Amino acid sequence: MTGYILKRLLSAVPVLLGITVIVFLIMALIPGDPALAILGAYATPENVAKINRDLGLDAPLVARYFIWLGNMLTGDFGTSFSLNRPVIDEVLDRFSATLLLAGTSFLLCTLLGIAAGVISAAKQYGWADKGITFAVLLGISIPSFFLGMMMILIFAVELRWFPVSGMKMAYGGGGFADVANHLVMPAFALAVVATGVVARLSRSAMLEVLRQDFIRTARAKGVREGRVVWGHALRAAMVGIIPVLGIQAGFVLSGAVYIEMVFQWPGVGRMLVDAILKRDILLVQGGVVFVAACYVLFNIAVDVAQSLLDPRIKT
Amino acid sequence: MQFLTLLMRNRLAAAGGIVLSLVVLLALVTPLLPLANPDVTDTANRFLMPGAQGHLLGTDHLGRDLLARLLHGTRLSLAVGFAAAFFAAFFGAAIGIIAGYFGGRTDNLIMRGVDMLMAFPYILLALAIVAALGPGLTNALIAVAAVNIPFFARNIRGVTVGLAHKEFVDAARLAGLGHTRIILTEILPNVIPVIVIAMSTTIGWMILETAGLSFLGLGSQPPQADLGSMLGEARGALITNPHTSIVPGAMILVIVMGINLLGDGVRDALDPRLRSGALTRPMPATRVERKGTIPDQGDGEAVLSLRQLQTQFHVKNRIYKAVGGVDLKVAPGECLGVIGESGSGKSVTALSVMGLVASPPGVITGGAVYFQGEDLVGAPYEHLRSLRGDKVAYIFQDPLATLHPLYKVGDQLIEAIRVHHPVGRSEARARAVALLKQVRIPNAESRIDSYPHEMSGGMRQRVGIAMALANDPEVIIADEPTTALDVTVQAQILSLLDELRRERGLAIVFITHDFGVVAQLCDRVAVMYAGRIVETGPTEAVLNAPAHPYTSRLIACVPELGGGRRRLEAIPGLPPAVDRLEPGCAFAPRCLKASAACREGDIALEGPGMRAVRCIHPEAELEEGVA
Ligand code: SF4
Repeated sequence: MTGYILKRLLSAVPVLLGITVIVFLIMALIPGDPALAILGAYATPENVAKINRDLGLDAPLVARYFIWLGNMLTGDFGTSFSLNRPVIDEVLDRFSATLLLAGTSFLLCTLLGIAAGVISAAKQYGWADKGITFAVLLGISIPSFFLGMMMILIFAVELRWFPVSGMKMAYGGGGFADVANHLVMPAFALAVVATGVVARLSRSAMLEVLRQDFIRTARAKGVREGRVVWGHALRAAMVGIIPVLGIQAGFVLSGAVYIEMVFQWPGVGRMLVDAILKRDILLVQGGVVFVAACYVLFNIAVDVAQSLLDPRIKT
Repeated sequence: MQFLTLLMRNRLAAAGGIVLSLVVLLALVTPLLPLANPDVTDTANRFLMPGAQGHLLGTDHLGRDLLARLLHGTRLSLAVGFAAAFFAAFFGAAIGIIAGYFGGRTDNLIMRGVDMLMAFPYILLALAIVAALGPGLTNALIAVAAVNIPFFARNIRGVTVGLAHKEFVDAARLAGLGHTRIILTEILPNVIPVIVIAMSTTIGWMILETAGLSFLGLGSQPPQADLGSMLGEARGALITNPHTSIVPGAMILVIVMGINLLGDGVRDALDPRLRSGALTRPMPATRVERKGTIPDQGDGEAVLSLRQLQTQFHVKNRIYKAVGGVDLKVAPGECLGVIGESGSGKSVTALSVMGLVASPPGVITGGAVYFQGEDLVGAPYEHLRSLRGDKVAYIFQDPLATLHPLYKVGDQLIEAIRVHHPVGRSEARARAVALLKQVRIPNAESRIDSYPHEMSGGMRQRVGIAMALANDPEVIIADEPTTALDVTVQAQILSLLDELRRERGLAIVFITHDFGVVAQLCDRVAVMYAGRIVETGPTEAVLNAPAHPYTSRLIACVPELGGGRRRLEAIPGLPPAVDRLEPGCAFAPRCLKASAACREGDIALEGPGMRAVRCIHPEAELEEGVA
């Protein structure tokens, strides 16, 4: 198992390098003087001199890439000029907030999506199936940012169940209850689309599995139907569901950008949007590379989970 | 029911299509409509509610007419979404075709790059592109299109690889056509449908994504507004004036929902598996719709007795009479063979006993199944379940498919025990090891922790037998348990079963298509054809003097008894389709002795004592057999 994990980690190296190359190339698209472009609104002469020194911006493209890569490997993602703070510090702060939001959403969409899919499949063509199918259709059609706004209107303004925004975590303190209270709405709003996708997929995976001979065997043994469905069938269906969970994690992470805007969540997505609007390119660059790398590592974790779940995979 | 659901699905798709066409039409004619100028501000009339004089949907925070802004925003959003889909499709297809057509290193290099791009959560890539190019609707469009290029490239490449080695492409190459010509004239026309389908599935997505970027303030810039930026601008007044947010948000929802409905309908229509309704899951027990009188038990000695059992498959408007009134019985310690070609209904008969026929489409429509004097047809599910595996156990064909691939064989055995006996795990495990030893699995203590795929076919089938024996059942129904195995293993398994029934007094119903196997194991045999029994009797008697022409042909197919797998194709013709059975003898079309009388009416299964045949011109006089 350890060997397998190492192997997968090694295979991630070229992907991670590829990510840095792609981000670097995209940034190289910026027309004009790179130092001026990177600094955007913060292009004072001192800053220009500093960034030229840090990133070797007068050097040829390839050399610049390696300087940038080398800096990042030592944890130096440059300095955000809009915040006047090292990029990596800002990204780590913000990413922890995003992780809380996206992680909760991911758990929600996994649990709810799979449960809905399993029930839907087991009760195929029944009322539960029809209800879930309709809810799923609605869920995957509603833009998450619109849903978030409607949730604020209904649950925060009308019903006053949850606060609109203003979590104290960002300012230190607040405690678990405060965080949880602020987390409920954004986490649900973010989870809805992914839940729909996971439910759809789980339903069809379950329908596929429930037709298999080993399900008939379980029934012939006298296994209770609940265990046939939630045990035997779901266990086998998970093999098809897990890879999709990895993809969904990317969608949840992407959707977090919108949800963070709607709910004023102090996450990395809002940081990126602010940075783009302020043309703080180094902050964007660092944030994108960091989050993408985390996502690649997460997908390795998914692969490992898959191999733990399916003994037929050679590890 | 199923038909209704399909119909409803199509109706939903139609509704989606109509709504979508309306929106598109509206967007097209927007400039011709007598609307207010969407960009003229009127701060005196801010936040008018819908229905206000001259402003059907009210006004926004700058007093601009919401209806006009909505329609112009829709127009813009649709245009940008379509454009993004078009560019993504164009460049993605170009990349995919080049990779797929040239193959080799080009392909490798391109697809590596595509994989890298797909390693990003898509929005990061889009944000990076917007960051580089700067906010703006065109740049948002470029970003969304670029992010979707890998998806198209991958799909189109797959199709192109399949095409690149087809004869007509080779022929074009031999004819000396250039690569560009071949791609344009031979490849492209064949991938265009795929491109169109991929576009239709992603276009809703792209509309949503460009709206999203605009919502973030990275797309369309004021005063120009698509639906996303309308929503973004309205967000500030969400709590005080929600209608300014709801109007554009609901429009996005309507558009995307319409596209999704239409897409689902199209996909269902294109996916033949869904259309035939094949993707249904079997219910926990076979559906029972018993009509007519319930036959009595008959012979009191039998532990299991099937009386006039009828099982059908209802597929759409067709009815397949898989089992058309079968009588069978088996006494303790007895082995009954049920033999026939595939499709003769022998497996369905066997599965009907415990309600294991997949349903839908299976329905038990008549007759009775008596187990220890109690009719099980229509018994409550919970009662049926308590008998399954405990009193009546099954052994199935192909243990690789019938054992759960992800559970250790030991756990599957332990489960079989614990379902019916509340014993602790360790005790159940000890019993599982004992069972594995009993079916002569070497190193049972270590084998118990193997997964099915780690065992040989013979070993797996032993596990299947051990599982059937787990609760010391009264009856074992073995459905072709040796078909997938080679001859020596088959012989071992058969002698194992024989031994077990003598030791434990098991009643065995052995389903097979091989008379060699029957001769080795069974006391009595019933021959099935087209869902009915055509001959029955003690094995010896039937083998020595088969009376039904079909039986004698079956026996003639076995050169030496126990000679392993024997296909019955040697009989010319095919068994009849059980959805349109002709009156009279079902074997008549293949029978050399068939006469007009054979086709007239139902022929009874008759004979002295234990022997019986369903034929007007039997091959031999029936003698009362002795078991
Ligand atoms: S009833 Fe007639 S057709 Fe049928 S098997 Fe006998 S002889 Fe042949």
